Amino acid sequence: MSNANSKAPSRGLLPSLDNALSPGPVGRLDPRAKVVVVFIYSLQMALAHSPLMPALGVLLGLALVGWARLGWRLFLSRLVAVNLFTAFLWLFMPWQLSLGHGFLGLSLTYNPSGLSLAFLITLKANAIFLALLALLGSSPVKDIFHAMAHLRVPSKLVTMFLLFYRYLHVMRQEYLRLRQAMQVRCFQPASNMHTYRTYAQLTGILLIRSLDRSERVYQAMLCRGFSGTFWLLDHFTWRRADTWFCLISGGVLIALALLQWSGISWR
Amino acid sequence: MHISEGVLSGPVLAGGAIISAAGLALGLKKIDYESLPRVALLSAVFFVASLIHLPVGPSSIHLVLNGLVGVILGWSAFPALFVGLVLQAVLFQFGGLTVLGVNTAAMALPAVLCYYLFGPFLRRSGKLAPLLAAFAAGFCAILISAILTAVSLYCSGEEFLGAAWAILAANLPGMVLEGVITSLAVVFLKKVRPELFGKGPTLK
Repeated sequence: MSNANSKAPSRGLLPSLDNALSPGPVGRLDPRAKVVVVFIYSLQMALAHSPLMPALGVLLGLALVGWARLGWRLFLSRLVAVNLFTAFLWLFMPWQLSLGHGFLGLSLTYNPSGLSLAFLITLKANAIFLALLALLGSSPVKDIFHAMAHLRVPSKLVTMFLLFYRYLHVMRQEYLRLRQAMQVRCFQPASNMHTYRTYAQLTGILLIRSLDRSERVYQAMLCRGFSGTFWLLDHFTWRRADTWFCLISGGVLIALALLQWSGISWR
Repeated sequence: MHISEGVLSGPVLAGGAIISAAGLALGLKKIDYESLPRVALLSAVFFVASLIHLPVGPSSIHLVLNGLVGVILGWSAFPALFVGLVLQAVLFQFGGLTVLGVNTAAMALPAVLCYYLFGPFLRRSGKLAPLLAAFAAGFCAILISAILTAVSLYCSGEEFLGAAWAILAANLPGMVLEGVITSLAVVFLKKVRPELFGKGPTLK
């Protein structure tokens, strides 16, 4: 069994609900530093006007992803998921719909500015996605939530995050168990009322079980002296690599800001 | 119905962030420490439910259930949906950090609206009124979400007009499906746990 544990926890029905452990150096960086850097970087990329900056961002992001060593399979599957939306924009944006003449009173005209905007968006979306994948995708989810608490995100929200994430796994198990029971009873999903009623009742029973469970969770928390503070057990230790990471990424972020401010484009 | 990173313009992102921050502050204020585990566990269920794909004709649609979230949780829908969206960003890099505000607002505002518009009818004792109100809640939540998404796209640039219409059109079957699922779920919940939609404020 120990052999099975070393593999990714679930590759079957649903995606795994935690980030895979990254063997690379990015995975060992302090999550606090990573959260702050990725947030400023995302803002910068989202507000870029010319394709130059997001293009640089894509290169930076690729380097980070390579450095994080998350594995090709994960990288490619996420890349496809992100670019489904951008593909949708490529499909619709180069065309301008206008009323008045043509077929059915509608006419499509080619609009080159839409095409260049779609290109810019694709670069931006991928630049941000790559950084998110490399920096946040390489830490366990609970570490990121703990980092948020250390970064002064309101404690009620962090407590909610942690409880939500903890019981997400429980509720998913509950769901899978109910699904199994349905399969044993030869349930075949199809486009009919029976299917929809079954799924509605499945959702309903999950809601009721979660309500009952939340009562017990709260009682257990009271038993352990809960009075509004959710104690955090992870206090990260800052290492020299984290200082270097902050200095270098700070320099890169300032350089990118200067580039944006100077208005240089590649044309 | 997520908008991915890098699509929207700065003012739209800022507007979404402000609305969501206000909604979150209000929602968190309504949650006391006793109801905190309840909201957290309910949002866990909604996250799991949103991974369910339902067959519709040759294709399949995944549930969103923000109408149901709204009528059950009221203003707490903001934090409940927000935690799910943050987890998606951290876990699947799906809709990143800067669009979090817009995506939260686009999902949670309709939920709160449904709470005020249809919530009172769900507490009625008859059979038909809650059924219809729940259908309307499921339907309208997706409709308003799609409209908000389309509007935020259109406000970012004229070029998005085609895509905005496409989003509205693509969500039509989803609206009907959500209406059906929400009404059936509410009928079930009212039968099994009548106090959930009892008299007085929800879940208190």
